[in-house]
Amino acid sequence: MRPEDILLPTPSGVCCKRGGFHIDPTRAVDKALITHGHSDHARPGHGAVLATQETLDIMRLRYGENFAGTTQAIKYGETVDLNGIKATFRPAGHVLGSAQIAVEYGGTRIVASGDYKDVPDPTCLPFELIQCDVFITEATFGLPVFRHHDTDGEIAKLLRSVALFPERAHLVGAYSLGKAQRVIALLRKAGYDKTIYLHGAMEKITNYYVSRGIDLGPLELVRGAKKADLAGTITLAPPSAVKDLWTRRFPDPVACFASGWMRVRARARQSQIELPLVISDHADWDGLTNTIAATGAGEIWVTHGQEDALMHWCTTRGLKARPLDIVGYGDEDESDGVSDTGENAGSPA
Amino acid sequence: MNRFAELLDRLTYEPGRNNKLRLMTDYFRTTPDPQRGYAMAALAGALSFKSAKAGMIRTLITERTDPVLLALSYDYVGDLSETVALMWPADPHHRPNAIPSITDVVETLSTLGKAQLPAQIARWLDALDETGRWALLKLITGALRIGVSARLVKTAAAALGDKDPHEIELLWPGLAPPYTELFAWLEDRGEKPLNTDPAPFRPAMLAHAIEETDFPALDPSHYRAEWKWDGTRIQAVTGLNEDGEPVTRLYSRTGEDISKSFPDLVSSFRLPGALDGELLIMREGRVQSFNDLQQRLNRKVISSKLTAEFPAYLRAYDLLVDGDEDLRELPFAERRKRLEKFIAAMDDPRVDLSPLVPFDNWDQLTAARADPASAGAGDDATAVEGIMLKRRDAPYLPGRPKGQWWKWKREPHIIDAVLMYAQRGHGKRSSYYSDYTFGAWTTEDGEDVLVPVGKAYFGFTDEELIQIDRFVRRNTIERFGPVREVVHEADKGLVLEVAFEGLQRSTRHKSGVAMRFPRISRLRWDKPPAEADRLETLEKMLEGTERAQAGLALPKPKRAARKTAAT
Repeated sequence: MRPEDILLPTPSGVCCKRGGFHIDPTRAVDKALITHGHSDHARPGHGAVLATQETLDIMRLRYGENFAGTTQAIKYGETVDLNGIKATFRPAGHVLGSAQIAVEYGGTRIVASGDYKDVPDPTCLPFELIQCDVFITEATFGLPVFRHHDTDGEIAKLLRSVALFPERAHLVGAYSLGKAQRVIALLRKAGYDKTIYLHGAMEKITNYYVSRGIDLGPLELVRGAKKADLAGTITLAPPSAVKDLWTRRFPDPVACFASGWMRVRARARQSQIELPLVISDHADWDGLTNTIAATGAGEIWVTHGQEDALMHWCTTRGLKARPLDIVGYGDEDESDGVSDTGENAGSPA
Repeated sequence: MNRFAELLDRLTYEPGRNNKLRLMTDYFRTTPDPQRGYAMAALAGALSFKSAKAGMIRTLITERTDPVLLALSYDYVGDLSETVALMWPADPHHRPNAIPSITDVVETLSTLGKAQLPAQIARWLDALDETGRWALLKLITGALRIGVSARLVKTAAAALGDKDPHEIELLWPGLAPPYTELFAWLEDRGEKPLNTDPAPFRPAMLAHAIEETDFPALDPSHYRAEWKWDGTRIQAVTGLNEDGEPVTRLYSRTGEDISKSFPDLVSSFRLPGALDGELLIMREGRVQSFNDLQQRLNRKVISSKLTAEFPAYLRAYDLLVDGDEDLRELPFAERRKRLEKFIAAMDDPRVDLSPLVPFDNWDQLTAARADPASAGAGDDATAVEGIMLKRRDAPYLPGRPKGQWWKWKREPHIIDAVLMYAQRGHGKRSSYYSDYTFGAWTTEDGEDVLVPVGKAYFGFTDEELIQIDRFVRRNTIERFGPVREVVHEADKGLVLEVAFEGLQRSTRHKSGVAMRFPRISRLRWDKPPAEADRLETLEKMLEGTERAQAGLALPKPKRAARKTAAT
């Protein structure tokens, strides 16, 4: 049986006809299996949603109670049978609740990994390697120039800057689901125990992380703080807020951005960032290639990102590779659900 | 190397001068000798070793990576050194103690033979991380280009010991990396190093901009006036070395040694002394535009074609040292007499005297400023950017002492232009749209359209900045990254009154003109964009200047240059 007979790639996500479901579809469908809560993968309006409890909770926080017709929480390691197709959820190490979904039928196993990273993250379970025949991978950072292994070094750089400029406020742009909480947890791990301030758009998700037992130390919304009191502090905000109106409440802010894109200088300069922090929730080049090799898969499907280089690499390793050309993945990074005008960005999203 | 790499990395992204200073001072304070000294030399552009060529770096990476992946990566990153720094394969036998210090790098490079260079660089690249590799490649391939001047580096070092950066500037020509004596003195652990250079820089005396309200308090008889030339201020110093041979250095206003850029002028100085004056480009005895002078500034390689086409001259206006006599304590009028004698004794076609502008009262001087050509500047009037007023009894004082020297610039040119694009600024202005591109009307295919004629990011008050920012946000029609296009139609848009010092032809701008020193002088909320100026107005201004500069029947510059080159 061809893998395409089990999972069929379409422009709006991969579809399992026999099982009657899609994985991370970019349009509303009857039944969706969702890998994680980022808005490009988890969209509202599906008939039924199967996902981890955390992903369901995050979707509810973002889209409201009626984000789907019905929901079913799947535990890590749990297998569901969908009309003879077996689907198993395993940690992807991307954000809280993120899962890879292994789909099996007739002795063929396909793993849809969603977004993933293979490095430690104090805010979610580590990536779990699954042996498979076909591995569906992202390629957000699918170029050999993307390497973001030294997260502790980047946090140390931020803390040195805070010490050197005690009269300025450091604003760290970070995606509000996952990255923000990871940066806070990393700061705590590095021994930073002062209050960390939050943009209003970060509040709900961050509180949710805390409610799931992730210790993030003293946090406060920046909304109530006086300008002078923000000198020498660190604030987490959505990337689009870091260079706009909202920043006027801070004393001489230092614009920082925690992202894998910061590895490339032109990208950091385009976004007028003064302190780029190379911290990513996606696998870097070494992570992608090591993971692909370790799955033992002979066929690699690439969903989105810099697929050319990754496919070339697969070919040189004797692996069959194809791009999936799914339209709409990767947008979480760009929009983050906060408008650029920023006028209302201080109020809860 | 890692600390130095982190410093370079921060400096490339940091737009604020004061923050750059803080970063450098912190580095100097927390880094031991000799690392900090070599870093200082690297930042100030004072290191000299045979730099590695881009071709060698390309060969190194090609030997280690897949050509398709290299091509895709280079295409994405857009810079070879950065691509190499990022994709250099990790060394499986990496040992942390093999990380080279900047001292290792500088000292090794100064002794290493060319044949061993590639292998050595590869070993260093193996030992360093991404930022370290990037910094290493910047260091060994030549210019750092991180927006830090030598002057700023010295200012940062001076802050270690609350010293005046001028003092470092004075010592600098006598110092060599890694500057351990200098740091010892800055940190009050050692004697001040001696400057043994025979031709040292003396801190320049600067002028205040005069305001209308200053005149009533000033007595014209206490002052002398000179033209303010549109060139670049330099100090030409000649001294005798141990063998009694003359050594000449040309310094910028801030004390940077720029002799290498002007070999054609250096050779004119033989008499020991220190002259203060304006560097100008002259052809056929006439001062050329600042645009011509720019062809000579910040050049690494000075070709004979360049010096023939844009010959450099000094128009002197002060004498600080005559022989071995320091004249700086003398009143201006005395120094002027000595200067006139000195220039006469030099008798060099490349050096002349900046004339005094005669006047008895402010009205006469106002008239001279308005029409320099009839007040003695003659053919050189287009190169006059104003008047300098100097107290007859003023000694030559370093810095900008109050009430001694005044500069009185000519009235700027003014046009009304329409705001077209706005970009957010940096630092304290980071959330404000504070960089503006403005346009003038022109006719294209029978229709009136706006064409960008310049960019300005100052001249407005804080209150006006808030108003423009609000206007930009409410009238955005398109976004391109950090840039917003704002509405600019005949009846909708914002008219900016723009003041500028001069115009040049430009092939880089669609409009064909480039403004010198443009700034926003007023916001014309009252004026509909249709009534803003036209490009033709600017073209007429430009033609006027060019006619004045071309003079009567002089040969075209290009032909004149070829003739000079042939002789």
